[in-house]
Amino acid sequence: MFLFEKAVVGSRRYWSWIGILLALILAGFLFYLRQLHYGLGITGLSRDVTWGLYIAQFTFLVGVAASAVMVVLPYYLHDHKAFGKITILGEFLAICAVTMCMLFVLVDMGQPMRVLNVLIYPTLNSIMFWDMVSLAGYLLLNAIIALVTLRAELKDMPPPEWIKPVIVVSIPWAVSIHTVTAFLYSGLPGRSFWLSALLAPRFLASAFSSGPALLILLTLAMRRLGKFDPGPQAIQKVSLIVTYAMIINVFFLLMELFTVFYSRIPEHMEHFDFLFAGSGGQTMLVPWMWASVLLAAASLVLLIVPRYRKNEKILAVTCGMVFLSIWIDKGLGLIVGGFVPSPLGAITRYVPTLPEMFITLAIWGVGFLMVTVFYKITLAVRESMEALGARWS
Amino acid sequence: MKIRRRTFLGIAGLSALAVAEQKILGRVAGQGRNEASPRATGSQTARWAMVIDLRACLEKEGCTDCIAACHKVHNVPDFRNAAHEVKWTWKEPFERAFPGQKSRYAGQALQGGPVLVLCNHCDKPPCVRVCPTKATWKRADGIVMMDWHRCIGCRYCIAACPYGSRSFNWLDPRPQIRDLKADFPTRSKGVVEKCNFCEERLAAGKPPACVEACPERALVFGDLEDPASRVRELLRSRYAIRRKPELGTEPEIYYLV
Repeated sequence: MFLFEKAVVGSRRYWSWIGILLALILAGFLFYLRQLHYGLGITGLSRDVTWGLYIAQFTFLVGVAASAVMVVLPYYLHDHKAFGKITILGEFLAICAVTMCMLFVLVDMGQPMRVLNVLIYPTLNSIMFWDMVSLAGYLLLNAIIALVTLRAELKDMPPPEWIKPVIVVSIPWAVSIHTVTAFLYSGLPGRSFWLSALLAPRFLASAFSSGPALLILLTLAMRRLGKFDPGPQAIQKVSLIVTYAMIINVFFLLMELFTVFYSRIPEHMEHFDFLFAGSGGQTMLVPWMWASVLLAAASLVLLIVPRYRKNEKILAVTCGMVFLSIWIDKGLGLIVGGFVPSPLGAITRYVPTLPEMFITLAIWGVGFLMVTVFYKITLAVRESMEALGARWS
Repeated sequence: MKIRRRTFLGIAGLSALAVAEQKILGRVAGQGRNEASPRATGSQTARWAMVIDLRACLEKEGCTDCIAACHKVHNVPDFRNAAHEVKWTWKEPFERAFPGQKSRYAGQALQGGPVLVLCNHCDKPPCVRVCPTKATWKRADGIVMMDWHRCIGCRYCIAACPYGSRSFNWLDPRPQIRDLKADFPTRSKGVVEKCNFCEERLAAGKPPACVEACPERALVFGDLEDPASRVRELLRSRYAIRRKPELGTEPEIYYLV
């Protein structure tokens, strides 16, 4: 089945990594069983902060999934050869990220066994229905594309012609998943923090910086651990994408801040006040938010100055900073900040509980496990090709 | 017993006729019921609404009779924990219920005074718009309903409600019900619930429990479609405000100030 035989041979280091991930997944799964039995009261969520870590991870990871388009588009639409080796990595990353998204939505549901109600009673006016459609479609598209192109690579043949239109469709589809995810939030009348037409563009800009930053980190790791050759230009080209996207991301955030603070409409300012200064004695997110700002500012300097960007050691650190900055912004602040203060002005403390964190880690574990297996397969295919090539030459 | 082909067909035909006849008769009877209703407009359905007299509500200090009555008849659990609280109706300080109406110089009723809040049974409910399974929907008579058996517990409706009127069952509510009423369903963990405007009492021709329980008669319930109703009369003669009308949700709970 789909080259999986290539993922079950590996070094001791490979298997200990897999073992760690499996242990993490098992621990989280046990906590999830507990949550199923006890209820979502096991989390730090409450009457006023009804979505937290799970939904925030979902939102962040939709961005990572969508960001595959940043390598797919230049490679397939503009025949940008530099991305020839890493495009498949982007597609696999998208598959893993979408799977994680679905798991995060599932663990957040109060009645997960009723999830199929969304299909039994399709509700066209609900953005959540469309989000499900777009995510499932995106998963399917990327699975087909990655499978077909990798198979072709294994046979040393160009991919079949019919896959081209599928790839073309996957490009706007990638944009759609993050746009629809932004619509989940930006169309709610009582939540002024999210009620901004800029939310979807901001989502895309932050996705197109954090996702490719992760791709650079993964590619560097693979080159080091598995002697993967991404080609001479790939990493530098992707870092340019990260740079532009990060500039646009910070620019959009500043636009938001201007409108909110120059208009001085209290219900729009209150959320930013809570996040960056704390209110009602609740300051739990303040250090995180400022860390995100500082990481963003520092990473911008390191990205924009060519000398730093071209140094791969510094670039690796920079990419880590970009990823962390945006993870804090979207994976913590964006969701919780929208709920505090509540529409009635309540300031509520939200701190994820231990079970909640373990369940979250387990889903990240699933993602990393999938990335590891898929990249291992890719590496094995490439290696066998090279071996073949060596024998023939 | 042996049934011959002809007999069987005969019975089948008669049954079909009977079913059809019942349906037609039922429809006619339904029309008759509507025509017979004592409504001057002749409109087909009611549009239920509530008018709350804030001054009258303040008469008896610390009174929570309406809340107690509501939570009792609907088996609302008492978690004694603000984080997991489930509430269908409760009191909020005026400036929290009406954040846009803050005035430093207002009298007691309009500043800090407790305001009874509940589901607004909006004419354009955002919660209904976002629900991915139609587990919450608006009836023809305006009541925003919940199906606790269909709800998947995604809490999108809670995010969409600008009034904080919806509660989620973070834990199993059943052990927390003090005095179980057998004639109203309990809920399971992991579903959303809220005020149902006492639709089960309306069906039995009774007013909502909170209206009945109020010692000051500060709550008036009625049909907006009926120009002669008390709610219409009050809205004609006195100044009423609604919560966050600027959001366009068209709340159907009116407050006399």
